[in-house]
Amino acid sequence: MAKSWEEINARIASGDAVVLTAEEFAGLAAEDGVKAAAKKVDVVTTGTFGPMCSSGVFLNFGHSDPPIKMQTITLNDVPASGGLAAVDTYLGVTEPSLVKGIEYGGAHVIEDLLRGRAVRLKSTGPGTDCYPRTEIDTWVRLEDLNQAYFFNPRNAYQNYAVAANTGDQLIYTYLGPLLPRLGNATFCSAGALSPLLNDPTYRTIGVGTRCFVAGAAGYVAWEGTQHNPNQNRDENGVPTAPSGTIAVMADLKKASPEFFSAATFTNYGVSSFVGIGIPIPVLDEDIAATLALTDADLTATVIDYGVARRSRPALGQVTYAQLRSGSIEIEGKTVPTGPISSLPTARKVAAEVKRWVAEERFTLAPPLEQLPQPGTQAFKPLEIRSEEAI
Amino acid sequence: MARRRLDLTFPPRQATKPITYHLVKDFDLTPNILRAQIQPGQEGRMLVEVVGPREAIDAGVAFLEKEGVDVHPAASDICLDEDECVTCGLCTAVCKPGALTLDSESKALVFDKDKCVYCEACVVACPRRAITLTF
Ligand code: SF4
Ligand code: SF4
Repeated sequence: MAKSWEEINARIASGDAVVLTAEEFAGLAAEDGVKAAAKKVDVVTTGTFGPMCSSGVFLNFGHSDPPIKMQTITLNDVPASGGLAAVDTYLGVTEPSLVKGIEYGGAHVIEDLLRGRAVRLKSTGPGTDCYPRTEIDTWVRLEDLNQAYFFNPRNAYQNYAVAANTGDQLIYTYLGPLLPRLGNATFCSAGALSPLLNDPTYRTIGVGTRCFVAGAAGYVAWEGTQHNPNQNRDENGVPTAPSGTIAVMADLKKASPEFFSAATFTNYGVSSFVGIGIPIPVLDEDIAATLALTDADLTATVIDYGVARRSRPALGQVTYAQLRSGSIEIEGKTVPTGPISSLPTARKVAAEVKRWVAEERFTLAPPLEQLPQPGTQAFKPLEIRSEEAI
Repeated sequence: MARRRLDLTFPPRQATKPITYHLVKDFDLTPNILRAQIQPGQEGRMLVEVVGPREAIDAGVAFLEKEGVDVHPAASDICLDEDECVTCGLCTAVCKPGALTLDSESKALVFDKDKCVYCEACVVACPRRAITLTF
């Protein structure tokens, strides 16, 4: 029994929609069967809260008197881009402070703005006939900015690698410290709650999808960078390694520090935890079948980060249920595991999106354009070559 | 009886000397090794808690320093700032003694201070800098 987007939106608008989180839906499907669950439920909500390095904000400061064409820009000593119009900038979360290095970076500036704190803006410009000022040193708060919005080029990775280290040295990575000789393994996905794992072939998630970004209602703006629909897939069509990604936008002024947190990975760099949640319409039994998958059905690939090359060796495959149990087997060895993305906060995101849809009548938008589908697009490496060789 | 936590760094050649044997035999101290990382030919580190009369501990420390061991007071307390913690769980991946774990159902962070050996691994790992040691 198929349902249309219009039917589901009409039920949301009238307050009659049945909305469950992906975990709740899997529980219902296990009891009543996928068919009955698909019939009963209109919308399933997903959520994730993990470090997402490809995130940042566009800001517009307004003009000073006399005005300045900002060329070098720092916010709390963290450089922001001077490559846009006079008082526009983009601040990326991984940008380290000129003073404090990676202990304070772009993500920390954004978190400070979200917490209502004043941030020191320093800028220099060339001084032109129309923008005569050459220097400015002032303080700004989020409420003072004209526009402040997230544009995160790559969020909500569909699946991710499990990191381990067969080398003899402790190494520090973006997946945390990896102890030598397979001393631990870290993983970074909300598993069964993860947005793109619930819609593995991007049927309902595409350009224009309404979603939750750091507590604000935003949109999927485009495919994410490194979107790779052609990863290995299991018998359910779900990727078993990092694959699809989305670029998202949302108003920073409507976001919440509960769902955006700056992070520093020792000896690696700055990043930010971002909460992303997407409501998925239960259009038919096909999508219901993937919505009903649990951590025991979803697989990730263990990768050896002890090998510092683009192609790191795979050490096997494990399920998210095994990862969450606290240890996995790699090469016959029991290896303790730890997550990097917060399941408690992912659950909060999914519950909040459920509340939006069920109580605030947050309707769903069918994709204006689909994300690149499996089979359509190759994922290219960067070759190192000379001008003559190209 | 006094109790002191010491963070010992051994120079490469000193590493295999039976230091703890001397602390017991010559100074009548009870050393409890909380953590040791000693490999032949490399700088070694040992976290040890010694129990004994104050003067004996002082004498034991003087002996260690004479032997070329770098002696520092080790952390005496560890503090988790729950306002900063985002329950990511990364600290649990590096906490070998199992002082930091995740609740099996809620996946909330559970901190059992009694199991902590003050190794600092979680302090370095925590992306929120939510865990601090005090001396
Ligand atoms: S210092 Fe941290 S990692 Fe080390 S034992 Fe204590 S809680 Fe565990
Ligand atoms: S690593 Fe830090 S933020 Fe993450 S759970 Fe541990 S204490 Fe909390």
